[in-house]
Amino acid sequence: MQKDDFSKSYVVEGKLALPYTYFAGRVGSTFLTTLRDQKKIMGVQCNQCEKIFVPPRQTCERCLSDIRDNWVPIENSGEVVNFTVVREQDKHLPRKTPYILGLIKLDGADTPMVHIIDGIDPEKITEGVRVRAVYTNESDPSILYIDHFEPISS
Amino acid sequence: MGYKKRKRHVGIVGIGETKFSSHREDVNQPEMIHEAVRQALDDAGLQIDDIDCVVHGNMELFEMVHQPDMWHTLGSGAYGKSSFRLTTGGTTGGTLVCGADNLVASGMYDVVLAIGFEKLQEGHTTGGITNMADPLWARKLQSGALTAQAAVKLIAEFGEERARRAAMTYRIIMDKHACKNPNAHRAFHLEWDQMEDLMAHSPPLIGDLRLIHMCSQSDGACAIIFAAEKKAREISEAPVWIRDHITVHREETLNLANNYYPIDTTHRFAAETLYERNGIENPLEYFDVFEMYDPSAWWGVDWLRDFFLLEGDEHIKMVENREIMIGGKMPINPSGGVIATNPIGATAMVRVAEAAKQIRGDAGDHQVPGSVEHGLASSFGGTMWTVLTMLEKETNW
Repeated sequence: MQKDDFSKSYVVEGKLALPYTYFAGRVGSTFLTTLRDQKKIMGVQCNQCEKIFVPPRQTCERCLSDIRDNWVPIENSGEVVNFTVVREQDKHLPRKTPYILGLIKLDGADTPMVHIIDGIDPEKITEGVRVRAVYTNESDPSILYIDHFEPISS
Repeated sequence: MGYKKRKRHVGIVGIGETKFSSHREDVNQPEMIHEAVRQALDDAGLQIDDIDCVVHGNMELFEMVHQPDMWHTLGSGAYGKSSFRLTTGGTTGGTLVCGADNLVASGMYDVVLAIGFEKLQEGHTTGGITNMADPLWARKLQSGALTAQAAVKLIAEFGEERARRAAMTYRIIMDKHACKNPNAHRAFHLEWDQMEDLMAHSPPLIGDLRLIHMCSQSDGACAIIFAAEKKAREISEAPVWIRDHITVHREETLNLANNYYPIDTTHRFAAETLYERNGIENPLEYFDVFEMYDPSAWWGVDWLRDFFLLEGDEHIKMVENREIMIGGKMPINPSGGVIATNPIGATAMVRVAEAAKQIRGDAGDHQVPGSVEHGLASSFGGTMWTVLTMLEKETNW
């Protein structure tokens, strides 16, 4: 039989269901409820490493200190520090392509967060663009309480 | 570690266990494992900077997440360190101990932190476990993790009445132990006079396997810190030494009929091989405590025979005479064992952690009386797999 003749090679087809839930934890929950109820973004600070983390976490990744109570308010505005343009449409995507997925470092934070950037032509986005959060009430508890970030016109 | 190839002794110097429960809505996965990590570090008197390498494991697919070791860094403290993920099904926790021991014994790392966890409440265990079977030969034929196989075997050999009584006696003993362990998930405070009622009325699962016989689904994590001998003696006043361990895995579906693999159960084969190469002639005399991975009361009774190389009804008598209780001749699972608490990826590691606490003498209310010098811990998984670990108080073997 020819090496590239696959006519007698049977393929077993299957499908697995992968249902799951995920518990946000108290730190993650506080972040989400503050976002929902007050339209405010909160970070946590590691005093030892002098870093402010957004999104927040219970322990500092560097020194493993417990930082769960060190809440600090973060600005709703920040700077695009990196981005990509999503161009291939797929049914799981939150937007019609093309759209911009950006890394946004909010004013007051040391770490950038991922979100959608809207209101600017994907061909015109650059690093350093100033953006601000646009909120929505149309979402399950998630980071999508922020609908997207939009450029701040100077 | 290949037998007799260890370059140095390895000691357990820190132990952490979360409280086990089916309700941990208050923490996410990294936060939950961090509870065990923090406890182990505090127990050893170490900081995260003192750890050279982190070994992490759980059941594949049970929480439906990919590479949990990577995004658990916030809780594990693996940032910037060497790190490995191990996953061998139900034996994962035992394999984590073997892996950490090998990494230290070989000279590769001086201090290794091993972490086993499971958060079953978040996932779908049947969805994950059905992925285990061979897609071509077995996946469309398999049943699941529940089986009355041991019940059928024990009843065939010892009769319904004696076998059922032995299984329920084992079950009540395990619950009495669990009631002494504050970390145990399920502690029902069962009394001996409930025996007849439970045997008749506990909801049947499969055949003679009833709900009361079966292990729980638990959430929680276990962390153990291993150190090379010189360091171990600096860190801890009483390190518990890993003497030897053996792993026996076998895929039953494909290998039942050949002559290449041992026809004994993996438990018996592991026990015989481990004792022989360590010169243990009478394991029942030698060991002071045994933490067994016993997923059901039926298996617990049946496997005593394999692990202690017993004949006839010696194992049934051990249960009937309550010799397996705390204070008995061979205390089994002073912690309450797996029937009380089963956070799967952590479960086998908890066996080692609990046996080590018994040797240290600081297990708390479920500490067995008298001197505990030699401990045994088993892991179980897959289609009857075994990891068996020997722990020692001294290094004089």
